Amino acid sequence: MSPRPSALAAAAVLCVLPLSACTPNAPTGGDAASAPLAVTSSADDCAVDATEAPSGPLSFSVSNDTDQVTEFYLLAEDGLRIVGEVENIGPGITRTLTVQARPGEYFTVCKPGMVGDGIGRKAFTVTDSGAEIRLTGDLEDQGEKAAADYVAYVKDQVGQLVTATASFADAYRAGDDATARSLYAPSRAHYERIEPIAESFGDLDPKLDFREADVPEGDEWTGWHRIEKDLWPPAAADNGGAEYAPLSAEDRNRFAGLLVADTGELYDAVHDEGFEVPIDSISNGAVGLLDEVASGKITGEEEIWSHSDLWDFQANLEGARVAFDGVRPIVEQKDGELATRLDARFAALERRLAAYGSLESGFASYTDLSTAQVKELADGVNALAEPLSTLTAVLVG
Amino acid sequence: MPAQPEGGERRGLSRRGLLGLAGAGVVGAGAGAGTDRAAMALASGGATASTVHSFYAPHQAGIVTPAQDRLHFASFDVADITRPELVELLWDWSDAAARMTAGRSAGEYGPADGPYDAPPDDTGEALDLPASSLTITIGFGPTLFTSADGRDRFGIAARRPDALVDLPAFPGDALVDTLVGGDLCIQACSDDPQVAVHAIRNLSRIAFGRAALRWSQLGFGRTSSTSRAQATPRNLFGFKDGTANVKAEDTGLVDDHVWVSPADAAAWMTGGSYLVARKIRMIIETWDRASLREQERVVGRTKGTGAPLSGGEEFTVPDFSATGRADAPLIDRDAHVRLAHPGANGGAMLLRRGYNFVDGNDDLGRLNAGMFFVCFQRDPRRQFIPIQRRLAENDAMNEYLRHVGSGIFAVPPGARTGSYVGAPLFGD
Repeated sequence: MSPRPSALAAAAVLCVLPLSACTPNAPTGGDAASAPLAVTSSADDCAVDATEAPSGPLSFSVSNDTDQVTEFYLLAEDGLRIVGEVENIGPGITRTLTVQARPGEYFTVCKPGMVGDGIGRKAFTVTDSGAEIRLTGDLEDQGEKAAADYVAYVKDQVGQLVTATASFADAYRAGDDATARSLYAPSRAHYERIEPIAESFGDLDPKLDFREADVPEGDEWTGWHRIEKDLWPPAAADNGGAEYAPLSAEDRNRFAGLLVADTGELYDAVHDEGFEVPIDSISNGAVGLLDEVASGKITGEEEIWSHSDLWDFQANLEGARVAFDGVRPIVEQKDGELATRLDARFAALERRLAAYGSLESGFASYTDLSTAQVKELADGVNALAEPLSTLTAVLVG
Repeated sequence: MPAQPEGGERRGLSRRGLLGLAGAGVVGAGAGAGTDRAAMALASGGATASTVHSFYAPHQAGIVTPAQDRLHFASFDVADITRPELVELLWDWSDAAARMTAGRSAGEYGPADGPYDAPPDDTGEALDLPASSLTITIGFGPTLFTSADGRDRFGIAARRPDALVDLPAFPGDALVDTLVGGDLCIQACSDDPQVAVHAIRNLSRIAFGRAALRWSQLGFGRTSSTSRAQATPRNLFGFKDGTANVKAEDTGLVDDHVWVSPADAAAWMTGGSYLVARKIRMIIETWDRASLREQERVVGRTKGTGAPLSGGEEFTVPDFSATGRADAPLIDRDAHVRLAHPGANGGAMLLRRGYNFVDGNDDLGRLNAGMFFVCFQRDPRRQFIPIQRRLAENDAMNEYLRHVGSGIFAVPPGARTGSYVGAPLFGD
């Protein structure tokens, strides 16, 4: 988990570049972008320091000379369809827009104050540089399909989570600790696969997945890890020197009840008809899952009492793989090399992790791994996460 | 700033004589020794106009002093010694600090002089180097007043300032026992790393038997400016850091937010300040994989110029009410700059004096890197603690941070010429 649950939510709000706003073109890859064209958004103009540019990667460096928040658009020949945009440019600030431009006629326009038709609309021509830009046409449809598939995946996982959590909670309430311990990690896998989505609902992740150290003073610690500690009670030396006091039957009932109720809230949230996942959140979520592995699981900090970190690792990895596979057809058309590299890196990391078990047969305890073994896994995470972190820019750029 | 005569030197000499560490004749030879660092540097012609910050001053140097480029910070445990022995240690540290900050040796003989059959009283690695803006700042931790097991070892428990609280646990703390606390601290800052290390090395040596190193930290690349004459540096996230820091020129702010005033409790601390140090590991591998959009959202400023996302240039006051598309705030609700801003903290400000660090790498092949955060303030209960509580609960940056080390120290006022740091505490 991450103590900063709102990161994805904010990203989903601030980072949405509707796919329609992105260039429906495929880069040939490898071209160094030429120097950006300077654009100055002023009270009465939207000055661009050139009226034409060669086709291929095209950058605009947009400076805001107004005293309002401004936006810059590259519009298609019809003057309506958005080919590229950059928003939320504060006064005095410069932002860059990069698009893959194919030959044709366009318009540039600025929108200080973010309302109206804009200011300083000008014709802009992209000449044919000979750079190969493959037309794809249906990327937009593919994006919508990827988003719909991913939403269905999330709903399915949360549905399974609800069932698994109920069984786990029943065993724990009944004092059947052996069963509860055996259900703990497999149940959590459903959560770990879609963790960035759960984190996007403000206060749900803190209630469900906070570790003891994440809890602000005065707040009550609830959720999976509260119960984890009770099922794998620490020795005094690992508990700040204090003897661990087992939870009473009453407390067990309460914490199990809260876990079930909060999971139910998550279920309702992802089944709300307004629930959707923009395509950049799918790709950012994939990176987020790998970051979770890198900062929590690979260090053994996530499951500090049960040491079931490798289960979470596997589930995070599976969730990232699903997210990537969903957008892969788009990536393949825009940057085939990246798609191939990610395939290979996913496979390599999956193979390394499989050496320690599986979700079906169980994983080795984190504490059974040597430092060298953990490092090998960490190297695999870095090897995958580094190219994966470029995915969003490829998807929306 | 011109060098002041070292008031402590004469006393140091006489004390050394009294202690019988050297015969009178040798003292005479030592007094005229030509191996002082400043002299050597001048003789070699290699010394540039190196700044000297006087050790004897109303406030200890190293607080509003323009932040130097390098740090060596050290925390010490005091041994089982008596009150007079503790005072003696503070005298010895003050004497040596006065010498070293003036560009001279830790001891009166210097590294290449003195009795031939005795080890040199200075370790020597700074011999040819100028003062390099060295400052040595000494502080007292809570456990100096009351030990962890509740003892008043030095008869000063009743004089512990209320403001010298034990820091509370903050959400997300990942403190490592071996990087926390300490009875005494020394912050050595310099523009030359070797000069800073030389200072801590020699002061540690002087303390052997009376105080021992508990933990220490090297820092490079100041992450804050404490003077308007300094450009704002960058931290290891690649962002300008400390733009809105309290600057030495803002004397009103410094008086309000940094120096303990006579109106505050613990009169012996008047003119002093409270130092909070936090060793903050940065998970730079995941940070480096975050998009520029995410990085700027987390910080609330642009990466290039450091302007707030609400617009303007670096020193433009952030407009937290400014909104962009869909009326979302331009500066995110969880952005670091919003939560750390005085406006969000009842006007509370800190004088920050942090440094970057890279301590090699960890077992997982990740750089063990981050910021050694140091701040000074008039009262941590109204400044660091509430600010850090707010940040620990909400800062979008927390995803990339781990607080692994921590310490709080009362930094008494500067030593009077010919006296020692902490004299008012011990009634001297």
